[in-house]
Amino acid sequence: MAINWFKYSSPSTFYGVAGKMVPWFAWSATILFVAGLYISFFVAPTDVQQSEAYRIMFIHVPASILSMFIYLVMAGYAALGLIFNTRLSSMMASALAPTGALLAFLSLWTGALWGKPMWGAWWVWDARLTSELILLFLYLGFIALHASIDDPRRADRASALLAIIGSVNVPIIYFSVQWWNTLHQGASVKFTGTSMHVAMQQGMYTMMLAVWSYAIAVSLLRVRCIILERECKAQWVSELAEVRQ
Amino acid sequence: MKPRQRKFVYIIFALVALGTAIGLVLYALNDNISLYFTPTQVLNKEAPHGRGFRMGGLVVMDSVKRQSDGLTVHFSITDTAKSMPVVYKGFLPDLFKEGKGVVVHGKLEAGNVFRADEVLAKHDENYIAPEAAYAMKQAAKGQSAVNAAPSVNAPATK
Amino acid sequence: MNWGEFFAMNGYAWYIWGSYGMALLIFIIEIVMVRHRKMLTLQQLHLMRNAEDDMT
Repeated sequence: MAINWFKYSSPSTFYGVAGKMVPWFAWSATILFVAGLYISFFVAPTDVQQSEAYRIMFIHVPASILSMFIYLVMAGYAALGLIFNTRLSSMMASALAPTGALLAFLSLWTGALWGKPMWGAWWVWDARLTSELILLFLYLGFIALHASIDDPRRADRASALLAIIGSVNVPIIYFSVQWWNTLHQGASVKFTGTSMHVAMQQGMYTMMLAVWSYAIAVSLLRVRCIILERECKAQWVSELAEVRQ
Repeated sequence: MKPRQRKFVYIIFALVALGTAIGLVLYALNDNISLYFTPTQVLNKEAPHGRGFRMGGLVVMDSVKRQSDGLTVHFSITDTAKSMPVVYKGFLPDLFKEGKGVVVHGKLEAGNVFRADEVLAKHDENYIAPEAAYAMKQAAKGQSAVNAAPSVNAPATK
Repeated sequence: MNWGEFFAMNGYAWYIWGSYGMALLIFIIEIVMVRHRKMLTLQQLHLMRNAEDDMT
């Protein structure tokens, strides 16, 4: 009962599959956000050092981690599109970029609002903050480069190269707090365990799953638009119910 | 070699080259990427002369003294090997505390006194509920009761 | 705990609600933009289809 993955790599099949998946991820995102915010604000206790201000963590950490992770997924899809010349992978890469850029921006914004009361500064040029800013610029560069080339397949190839090269930045962001002296603290959630109260962890993980589901739902919505736009001359598109009516 | 394989080789080559280049640049810039110098580095004259730089470490216990004007603060920063006195005039961030991390910006003055114009608090990655912190302090007190270590701040959180 | 105290967040209200407010704003803007894009694309496809029908 091998699943024919190549079947799903055709835009026409994936358009339908994505359409069926969106409501599931949208609903799980909604439920997880409600649960996550409840745990973050009503169950998780006040922190000893940072009082209530630490609660920014529950949105800051998921946004930051997802902005890095989405970049890797985007670069992976872009690379697949470049090597195997599959249209759908390149479309997925273009669909992920705006979501990733918004999350990178949110990470910087919430970080500034957390840094001001706790550190005493909105911004410092430390390695963690600077490399996250570079990530935002990489996303914007990817979007801009793709938009600047008229032929979609050439645009895919050029921006894929940028995405792949830029992925070097992701491990730099992650390890920056270990490699250099930074104002940003080290990771609370490590591969070897965490240094966080249990309810705080639960709040953070729930929020992380919520942002995760949200990102999947909105990227699938976007990839459906991109498929329609780029396959607009195909027979199957003109036969779609939403186009025929 | 098929065109696809050749493309693959090009990509790998570009990645390796770029990774190496960035690695080298980072290695060369190592000192400038770090946000601050430690007191040991400053005393070894590794910090820049004549212009401002950042110094980071822990605020030495019982070293914080406020002048009568209410704004000027004296304290010392340590990296547990060496320590250095700091003078600062202005508002301190909420997390500024003895025994906690701090990063200051300013210049080194004669007599190895650091005159800071900006003080940033550096907090750690531990998040603890008040009850847990209280329990930990009680446990620490129980242990240190024998040698009566004064470094454990006695009044626990309310 | 009363609600006034909750929203005051022990003096960190601006920072905390500024963070979550921006998150909400970003999510709403992104969803609206994607839906708008879908509407435009479908409109375009309708136009193309109608033009084809006229030709045949």
